[in-house]
Amino acid sequence: MLRRRRRRLLAGGVALLLLALLPLPIGDVYTLNLLILTLLYVGLSQAWNILGGYCGQISLGHALYFGAGAYVSTLLYLHLGLPPSLGLFAGGLVAAVLALAVGWPCFRLSGHYYAIATIVVAVIFYLLALNADFLGGASGVYIPFKGDSWVALQFRTSKLPFVYLALAYAALVWLLAWIMEGTRAGFYWRAVKDDPIAARSLAVRVLPSKLVAAGLSGFATGVGGAIYAQYVGYIDPDSVLAMPLSILIALPAVLGGVGTLWGPLLGAALLIPLSELSRSYLGGSGHGVDLMLYGGLIMLVALWRPEGLLGLFARRGGAGTHAGTA
Amino acid sequence: MPALLELREVSKSFGGVAANVAISFDVAEGEILGLIGPNGAGKTSLFNAIAGEIAPDSGDIRLAGRSLAGRGPVAAAAAGIARTFQVVRSFDSMSVLENVMIGAFARHAGLRAALHTAEAVLETCGLTARAEVAAMALTPPEKRRLEVARALATEPRVLLLDEMLTGLTPTEAQEGVRLIRAVRDRGVTVLMVEHVMEVLLPLIDRAVVLHLGRVLTIGSPAEVVADARVIEAYLGDRYHAPA
Amino acid sequence: MSLAAVVQMLLSGLLMGLIYALVAAGLSLIFGLMDVVNFAHGELLMLAMYATFFLWRGTGIEPLLLVPVVAILLFGVGMVIYRTLIARALGVRANRGMVQIFITFGLAIFLQGAAQFAFGGDFRSIGHSLLANRTVAFAGVYLPLPQAAAGVVCLLAFAALLLIARTEFGRALEATREDREAVALLGIDRDRIFALGWGLGAASVGVAGAMLAGFYYTSPDVGANFALIAYVTVALGGFGSLAGALLAGVLIGEVEAVTAQLFDPSLKQVGVLGVYLLVLLVRPRGLFGTL
Repeated sequence: MLRRRRRRLLAGGVALLLLALLPLPIGDVYTLNLLILTLLYVGLSQAWNILGGYCGQISLGHALYFGAGAYVSTLLYLHLGLPPSLGLFAGGLVAAVLALAVGWPCFRLSGHYYAIATIVVAVIFYLLALNADFLGGASGVYIPFKGDSWVALQFRTSKLPFVYLALAYAALVWLLAWIMEGTRAGFYWRAVKDDPIAARSLAVRVLPSKLVAAGLSGFATGVGGAIYAQYVGYIDPDSVLAMPLSILIALPAVLGGVGTLWGPLLGAALLIPLSELSRSYLGGSGHGVDLMLYGGLIMLVALWRPEGLLGLFARRGGAGTHAGTA
Repeated sequence: MPALLELREVSKSFGGVAANVAISFDVAEGEILGLIGPNGAGKTSLFNAIAGEIAPDSGDIRLAGRSLAGRGPVAAAAAGIARTFQVVRSFDSMSVLENVMIGAFARHAGLRAALHTAEAVLETCGLTARAEVAAMALTPPEKRRLEVARALATEPRVLLLDEMLTGLTPTEAQEGVRLIRAVRDRGVTVLMVEHVMEVLLPLIDRAVVLHLGRVLTIGSPAEVVADARVIEAYLGDRYHAPA
Repeated sequence: MSLAAVVQMLLSGLLMGLIYALVAAGLSLIFGLMDVVNFAHGELLMLAMYATFFLWRGTGIEPLLLVPVVAILLFGVGMVIYRTLIARALGVRANRGMVQIFITFGLAIFLQGAAQFAFGGDFRSIGHSLLANRTVAFAGVYLPLPQAAAGVVCLLAFAALLLIARTEFGRALEATREDREAVALLGIDRDRIFALGWGLGAASVGVAGAMLAGFYYTSPDVGANFALIAYVTVALGGFGSLAGALLAGVLIGEVEAVTAQLFDPSLKQVGVLGVYLLVLLVRPRGLFGTL
């Protein structure tokens, strides 16, 4: 088990190195944009995976934590001048607190009741944001550009810094998941997911266990939201708080393989380019073909590989394999 | 022998129906105690009260002098009461080893320590060869064994077994009996609820017989079997008459 | 606020609430039967509205008479969805809960895309019919006829659902829901019951959609808002409870109307969702949930 963990860390390092080299030969802005978005979603979906995958609490409201991170870091920058390189931590913290506040009452609900409650909470905040003047309401907030800077996390001359920022984010969330896989808390999450009654008979405190997962997941999602805000330079409730975003955050992990280290990476690498490409080639003037493709793909993968696409790479050993080895 | 687990006047009723009425007995350190009785005697309710799953309406349950009644399953497990389930539960997405590690984490916060504890327990329970197998792939008797292993990994003082031998073939039941003896030899006190008396009687040191929610009698297996009241109580429950 | 205004507010809340209730009833039926939440429920409503619109435009038949046609159509759609997707989703071995959620989400996105592809993004509305744009006024209270008819039809549909629950089929539904293993022994074909359950659930939405098309704009994404309300209604009423769906639907319609009147129309959903969260804190299984 310890050796397997070391091997995974090594594989993660190799993947990081390869991904760091990947953008160097890429010149065109469109492809780099695609790479940045994909890497962001690798991190976001891994953040969701901590709560939804490892701990088994299927949240369909992660847009709330994403939006909280985006709005908090942006507003702190605009009103107090706090540089977003620090503001993203503030955004992450607020998102974590929100995740705890949502989790504390909602974790008492089981199954579908929980999933629907998470949707509802996120939609409430979305609707409130649409009507909140201090958040810019429905028209949103622009982040003024003041020159390339790693302090303000703004770059216009090149997209490369954002590629590395997104890569660092994805790598750190991956590392967080790797670390947690080897801790008591990480083991307890999987126990809580599989059988909470058996878990508590072994002295596992179920609610605190879920709350730790929610806090970490919320924090990492909020940081991702703050980075996204800096990258796009403009946020509004529809782009950072809306319901479809919650689904898009969860999907890569679901399609790639929930509760695994590589699932979100694999899922995002497939899903994000596909949805962006189909939108730009097929989606013009509201054709709807992009949505059909996107929805069709989700149904296909969910039926064909319910354990996620990662199952394709798992050892073929029938009884000898289990989710943890994937 | 000093009493490790003490029950004092434990009562519980569900919606006006009394499941347990003023039940008192002691479990001595190191003994194997059988909790028996015909259907509806209140065994399951009492078992769950000791495991912390349900809070008694009145009375006290003490482990080594510390009151645990109504403090919940986590407190019971942390204090040293481990249990198995009548309908087997396992963490199906995890390997056998990982299942047992969940138990081991109750005493050891670190990964290595939990791993070593779990490996040692698997050895005791004869599951070492199956360590890397997914829990869902085990046979039913293996799953029972896994439950015992997981419970033992919490390093309990008392192990509660819920109908662990029921539904096993005679060979499998004999293996179960050997495992329970091995557990006791490690210094763990065993309290087992059982329906099948044939296998149970040679294994236990003492039996507590429940009938209609009350303690009918307490004694050695020989005494209990000879007790006319016990025979009478079981006659109403033909299918499981004492051997 | 005058008495007439209060009555007006409560009346419009009631009428909308009845539509919500019927949409939710379909969802609740399917959930109660097989523990599946249909996240494409709003899209079924959208399909029913388009069906009504195009049937009306193509044939000129009075929309009110189209209600049974659309209901039958949706019954078929529900059966097809069950046979092609849900039956398979119930059979997967890993991550069953997650597969169910995301398969119906995928279906929702697919249907939205398909509607956009086939019908374009325009808002459609039924311009002229027996009831369109007519209102009855009584003592200062205005009763728009399309809404009033919708309320009546929804009540009739509920009555029909309750009647069906008393038939042989209804008892089979009940048995399937209570004990999955026992029904196999009784010789009830579980798969067929599930398919019929989906048909019936979709048909309920069909009735609601056909009536809604008479006074509401139809567009590819019209389902999203109604779906959210439907989930909230079902969670509030208790999953699987028909009476719960009816009462919760009306309650939600009223909360919406009152919030819109007292605060701001743009906040009406916030009021509804807030009430739902409050109730859930007190009763995690909803008002009438026994599960």
